[in-house]
Amino acid sequence: MDRFGWMQLGVFLGILLLLTKPVGLYLYRVLDAEGKTFLDKGLKPVERFFYRLLAVDPKAEQDWKRYTLSLLAFSLVGVVFTYTVLRLQHLLPLNPQRLGPVSGHLAFNTAVSFATNTNWQSYGGESTLSYFSQMVGLAFHNFASAAAGIAVAAALVRGVARQTAKTIGNFWVDLVRIHLYLLLPICLIYAVFLVSQGMIQNFKPYETARLVEPMSVEVPTVDAQGQPVKDGKGNPVTERQVVDTQTIVQGPMASQVAIKMLGTNGGGYVNANASHPYENPSPLSNFFQILSIFLIPSGLTYYLGRMTRNQRHGWAVWGAMAVLFLAGMLLCWWAESAGNPRLHALGVDPAYGNMEGKEVRFGIFNSALFATVTTDASCGAVNSMHDSFTPLGGMVPLINIQLGEVVFGGVGAGLYGMLVFVVLTVFLAGLMVGRTPEYLGKKIESYDVKVSALAVLLLIFDIMCFTAWAVVSRWGLAGLNNAGPHGFSEILYAFSSGAGNNGSAFAGLAAGSAWYDTTLGLAMLIGRFFFIVPVLALAGNLAKKKIVPESGGSFPVSGMTFSLLLVGTVLIVGLLSFFPALSLGPVVEHFLMVHSNVVF
Amino acid sequence: MNILIAELRASLGITLLLVVLCCGIYPVVVWAVAQGVFPHKANGSLVRVDGRVAGSSLLAQGFTGAAYFHPRPSAAGRGYDAANSSGTNLGPTSKLLIEDVKRRTADYRAENGLPADAQVPADAVTSSASGLDPHIGVENARIQAGRVAKARGMSREEVLRRIAVHTEARSLMILGEPRVNVLMLNLDLDGKR
Repeated sequence: MDRFGWMQLGVFLGILLLLTKPVGLYLYRVLDAEGKTFLDKGLKPVERFFYRLLAVDPKAEQDWKRYTLSLLAFSLVGVVFTYTVLRLQHLLPLNPQRLGPVSGHLAFNTAVSFATNTNWQSYGGESTLSYFSQMVGLAFHNFASAAAGIAVAAALVRGVARQTAKTIGNFWVDLVRIHLYLLLPICLIYAVFLVSQGMIQNFKPYETARLVEPMSVEVPTVDAQGQPVKDGKGNPVTERQVVDTQTIVQGPMASQVAIKMLGTNGGGYVNANASHPYENPSPLSNFFQILSIFLIPSGLTYYLGRMTRNQRHGWAVWGAMAVLFLAGMLLCWWAESAGNPRLHALGVDPAYGNMEGKEVRFGIFNSALFATVTTDASCGAVNSMHDSFTPLGGMVPLINIQLGEVVFGGVGAGLYGMLVFVVLTVFLAGLMVGRTPEYLGKKIESYDVKVSALAVLLLIFDIMCFTAWAVVSRWGLAGLNNAGPHGFSEILYAFSSGAGNNGSAFAGLAAGSAWYDTTLGLAMLIGRFFFIVPVLALAGNLAKKKIVPESGGSFPVSGMTFSLLLVGTVLIVGLLSFFPALSLGPVVEHFLMVHSNVVF
Repeated sequence: MNILIAELRASLGITLLLVVLCCGIYPVVVWAVAQGVFPHKANGSLVRVDGRVAGSSLLAQGFTGAAYFHPRPSAAGRGYDAANSSGTNLGPTSKLLIEDVKRRTADYRAENGLPADAQVPADAVTSSASGLDPHIGVENARIQAGRVAKARGMSREEVLRRIAVHTEARSLMILGEPRVNVLMLNLDLDGKR
């Protein structure tokens, strides 16, 4: 934990704090159907053209049921669209590597994964997907699922801010405005910046380089049928081969990575995601990638304060998020800096920390920061391999996901997730002092608490039930890359990531089987939509209520007391639910690593 | 039912419009600007030797000869496969990881004439995340300098000077870590840069 790390952490948090207000104010304009922005001159005609073609009346708002229906219909069409693109990849253009159609279960998994803003990488980008599949099949959802998340957050905030209202906005208007005024303009500039750092953006076939020094490699011998040959003891036979060329990936990467990060999607263009030197070429590109994950989620807290005319409430939520972020970050950074004592015993210099699965240009600090931020938010891009983290270092991303990704969180998803916890906090605080709980002048009643608790519980069940199923099944254990407690962590991480719509992985798990693709796909659908529907129901119910003026007995939702209560609620509900599972995985592995010589 | 059909129709319409805008116009505009302003980078920062592509300054190649600097171990495909990026994904108590690091540590000491109890830089014996990490740490490069100098009949000082030329500093003085680009350094030593 060196001084450069502390300086980078300070710069990161400082810039994030400075950007929160301007981004929040801009969001306030974008998320208001009548809002004016500096881009109106060029984009207003495009916006009107969209409404005309869709026969949408931008002034007509929807009640929560209609809003939900629009969102579900849109997501369904998106899943079918991407599934079709992937299955027909070999017939579509922009496929210079002549990659074949994607298998049925992988296409299902990938389509669902992108539509739910998860971006779980069961596919290996460069070896499975054509340029068309990436640019159209996947990038479409990078935009659309991000916009849908922001729309749901806006709908919930409207529900909180309005009184005796029947409607919570118009989904189509939100969708169009978020695309036109927010995501596309930022991505245009951001993508060009990424190219300036060394990211590729072209439509050329893969390049073949002649190696400076040919290398010899051991490859498994295969027989005429393509099956690996085994010797008398059943070990695979290998032969030496000389490799003198390197195939270099090409394609339209920068345009996709910009929205992948800004929209907290996280699905890699290539298999190694943002650790690949093309997908994250420099420390500067790395810094902006991390910042862009938190940019919109952080701005949304300001939007919340602005909409509810209680800016201190917005900052109190920001503060609670910042506390949870720092706690996770410091633990992860400390654990990775301390490194792996087993390797130190072999003569590896402890000064470097745990460099397995990390890149030199990022080092320990930026790997820990990226891992923390990508799981605080539901991004799931990685610039280092979480599977190779130390047990406690790897536990931080796992816990972040299990808390519901409410620490700034995914675009929109973070705010609406956190607001569910706010409702629960207000309820708990009300119980403690024996008063009817109130949130910003609205009585929190049985219905509100029920739907909030339902959303949180469904997510916990989603993760735990699938994990339990996998660890007692042949298909679940077949995919393991590591044995012992670390193997359990791999499975737990996979379903946490799927249900939490994160998309990062303990990537050693070979989750490409039909079983894993299907169960993870289901976990993602449940995690996304069984959370969103209760949230929109909450929005609709809150919108109906009257706002009663604040009195001496009202529970203040700003200030230090509220922030700490909120942090406490998130930790109690989230962490305690998963503590037994975490004990079986990372915690026991930590003690085995430090106090024994057991290997797996 | 009519409502559902109306919603599905609107969904289909907006999906098509957004595909044209976000998956057609947007990437092509980025492509045009990128190719116009940063053509070298947009096409992969390729390095040419005698007119042929010899690699990319951003992607590691697997050097093993004594006269070349060695990159970090790679788990990409069969090793340094730039169409199959990957890490090992081995956990900290993995038997395979510990055996690999043990073997690499012994090899590294032997290659570079270090005593049997010398501590070795972590980046030299652990696999990178992508399997294509183009860099090694500065300390790792300095340890390898003696071997490379001997194999090439150069002075160690001259090799250290070349290392300094190919050392990249922290961005804006604080971001990231100092590092040495292995491919560019090796090409320089070959007189091809």
